[in-house]
Amino acid sequence: MSRFLPRALMAPAVVTLFAWMIVPLVMTIYFSLIHYNLNQPGEHGFVGLENFRYFITDPDFWPSVLQTLELLGWVIVITVVMGVGLALLINEPFPGQGIVRVLLISPFFVMPTVNALLWKHMMMNPIYGVLGRVWTFFGATPVDWMTDWPLLSVIIILAWQWLPFACLIFITSLQSLDREQMEAARMDGATKLHQFWYLTLPHLGRSIAVVVMIEMIFLMSVFAEIFTTTSGGPGNASTNLAFLIYKQALMSFDVGVASAGALFAVVLANIAAVFLIRMVGKNLD
Amino acid sequence: MAFLELKNIVKEFGPVRTIKGIDLQIEKREFIVFVGPSGCGKSTLLRLIAGLESVTAGTISLDGRDITEVPSSKRDLAMVFQSYALYPHMTVFDNMSFALKLAKVDVAVRKEKVERAAKILNLTQYLQRTPKELSGGQRQRVAIGRAIVRAPKVFLFDEPLSNLDAALRGQTRVEIANLHRDLGATTIYVTHDQIEAMTLADRVVVLRDGLIEQVGSPLELYDRPANQFVAQFIGTPQMNVLAAAALPELTRIAGARLPADGSVGVRPEYVRVVAAGQGIPAKVELVESLGSDTLIHSRVGANVPLVSRQSERTTLKLGDAVGVEIDPSALLFFDSQGRALREMQRAA
Amino acid sequence: MKKKAPFPLVRTIASWFIALLLFFPLFWLGITAFKTEGQAIAGHLFFSPTLASFVEVQARSDYLHYAFNSLITSVVSTVLGLLIAAPAAYSMAFFRTKKTRDILMWMLSTKMMPAVGALVPIYVMAQTTGMLDSLPALIIVFTLSNLPIMVWMLYSAFKEVPNDILEAVRLDGATVWDEFRHAILPLTMGGIASTGLLCLVLAWNEAFWSLNLTSANAGTLAALIAQYSSPEGLFWAKLSAASLLAIAPIIVFGWFSQKQLVQGLTFGAVK
Repeated sequence: MSRFLPRALMAPAVVTLFAWMIVPLVMTIYFSLIHYNLNQPGEHGFVGLENFRYFITDPDFWPSVLQTLELLGWVIVITVVMGVGLALLINEPFPGQGIVRVLLISPFFVMPTVNALLWKHMMMNPIYGVLGRVWTFFGATPVDWMTDWPLLSVIIILAWQWLPFACLIFITSLQSLDREQMEAARMDGATKLHQFWYLTLPHLGRSIAVVVMIEMIFLMSVFAEIFTTTSGGPGNASTNLAFLIYKQALMSFDVGVASAGALFAVVLANIAAVFLIRMVGKNLD
Repeated sequence: MAFLELKNIVKEFGPVRTIKGIDLQIEKREFIVFVGPSGCGKSTLLRLIAGLESVTAGTISLDGRDITEVPSSKRDLAMVFQSYALYPHMTVFDNMSFALKLAKVDVAVRKEKVERAAKILNLTQYLQRTPKELSGGQRQRVAIGRAIVRAPKVFLFDEPLSNLDAALRGQTRVEIANLHRDLGATTIYVTHDQIEAMTLADRVVVLRDGLIEQVGSPLELYDRPANQFVAQFIGTPQMNVLAAAALPELTRIAGARLPADGSVGVRPEYVRVVAAGQGIPAKVELVESLGSDTLIHSRVGANVPLVSRQSERTTLKLGDAVGVEIDPSALLFFDSQGRALREMQRAA
Repeated sequence: MKKKAPFPLVRTIASWFIALLLFFPLFWLGITAFKTEGQAIAGHLFFSPTLASFVEVQARSDYLHYAFNSLITSVVSTVLGLLIAAPAAYSMAFFRTKKTRDILMWMLSTKMMPAVGALVPIYVMAQTTGMLDSLPALIIVFTLSNLPIMVWMLYSAFKEVPNDILEAVRLDGATVWDEFRHAILPLTMGGIASTGLLCLVLAWNEAFWSLNLTSANAGTLAALIAQYSSPEGLFWAKLSAASLLAIAPIIVFGWFSQKQLVQGLTFGAVK
């Protein structure tokens, strides 16, 4: 019993996850090394690293890598900075604190496609959107967000959605901040700013790192928002790596090239994941 | 003009009046202990002095200066917190030099002061460690070191020993006493442990329910308590207190001093257990042998409990019939409100 | 330090202002759902509400069909996931070995694989087995996507059971099954429920696979909403109505599962 039962209990989960991990991975590696186009069935010759070369020399490749990083960078910076600020603001009790928290949390639970279209049509449409009306109210010409600033629009959409997450994490972290420490600092002559810089920020350091890692992992493969709003355009102005792969796979139907791209994305994601795993591992026991 | 003076301090938290009017004068270099049951307001009083809470009414002055409205950081006081409140992300060195750093003291001067304090407290080898890597006792010393480095006018201690185990507590108590002797700093120390109060204090302030019951040297409080509360709070085991009418033999022992309705107190060391037939008849209930002392709990008369303390060992056991003798000169009398009536004349 | 604790006026005003500002888009969506297309275009704050758009959405795009798909896929994948994850979590929490930690870490790492990395093989497999645009395909994918989180959260919940209680129950003569039914299950019910809730939310909101693997037949609400990307004619009120129905229950769920969210999504790295 002693060795059988535990293993039997774990088997379904381990086996299925293993399959979920290995099978697509092996298939992707295989596809990336052959010629496979869904429009040309039957031709499955080995092409070596040709797919990789093709993917990397695609004129959309470098822009999409850069845009992926831009997206990542800006959303992370906005959510972390505003998240910390908001968490500090609402951490101390005040009337209606509970409701405020609930209001702030809500955007995170909105379906990505709803989120995307909410902004594309309801907020950012230059004529009928709320932002357009506000701009007109102040006498300025409304901005055509999706056309003129496609990447920025996507960044705004994502930042709005992830801000609650960052905020929640920071609030949780702040709650474990020791009060007496602050009093000791007061006695030592620290102003509120000193307290923030020397005590609060270091305490938040760990959760900031976690937020950055998690957002990196999830945002790197952002897809639905881009798909529903700009379709990567105009041109390739708002294409990221994930969308590029999709374009290759399901629009050009070139499975081989798409697989090559996918491997590239997987490697990138794993680098971030390694750090996160290490941090989580420290916390396990 | 006392060094630290509290005049008519009142503190309210919403509708609750925690401190109800306290006057106190503390002289320079004194070691003052605030002691009392939980909820008596001793920590609140300390925090008022520290400036971590603001007074509702009354004034606090330090060295001639009114500090009632002055923020904590400018009162020139240092506090050692019960949970030490060390800065977790800084080394011991940085913890101790934080205040100086904020005051923009020169780096070399900072280093010198920290190293000096570290030497006094035996912390020199731990200067580069973080609080996580230290034991409870070491962290406690860092907390004290943080206070020493600032060379403040007054040291405030908030129950610093309560998080330590018994052995360490005794040891650290001695160290604190030595520190006070060497540094000669004015100190206010809050504790619920009357042993710490008795051993460390120059003067003890007994608090109950937001008011001072008595202020005096430890032995003054022991020998001449102002009321029943102080009498029973100070001294282990607790003073025996009986209603005046509880024991008919008391009238004979106390004579005219016995109050009509009130109580009589006598400390266990002045109650002697003797052979049956002598003194007041009693029956042994419990014998506690501590090694150095023996405590004998017995019942006299109509179910009146008495504790007696002696340094000799005993072979008495539960149920034994014995006699109890009480030293008449050691009796304390309290009126029906618990106030002390006549002072005990007996010296140690 | 101060004379008396000042009523945090600035903080209250600032917090409310920012909260209302950030919530505004959802508020706007909410009220537009109760307008007609004409009212939606006009964009006023005050209007007389109507359910016309909700009716239209159902008539034009068979909303209930998509909602049903969303419901089925979320619920079934969550239940399936719990059935697979619970034994594993139980085993890891109570029959811990030296390798337990590594296995747990490995499971978490599979979650970190970007979905787009598996898109091609999964799509090809679905196509070859004729499972494109079918509910079972979605259910399988959802279950596997959420499995690591479920195992992790259930593991955390099981670990919280105090050992003393288990020992006491054993001394009272309980078998392994008894132990589970009478001691562990009641104590971890809350954790299990919130795990289920969180994964329900994640599956319901899932858009990547819904958009790529399904079409009219097995499409979920996420896919339905995506159709409004470049529609013809007036669509605002309908979009709002469809969206409101799709997100409202989840937002409410989310309010109740905040703590689990933090635990689950950060894999416990932040307490």
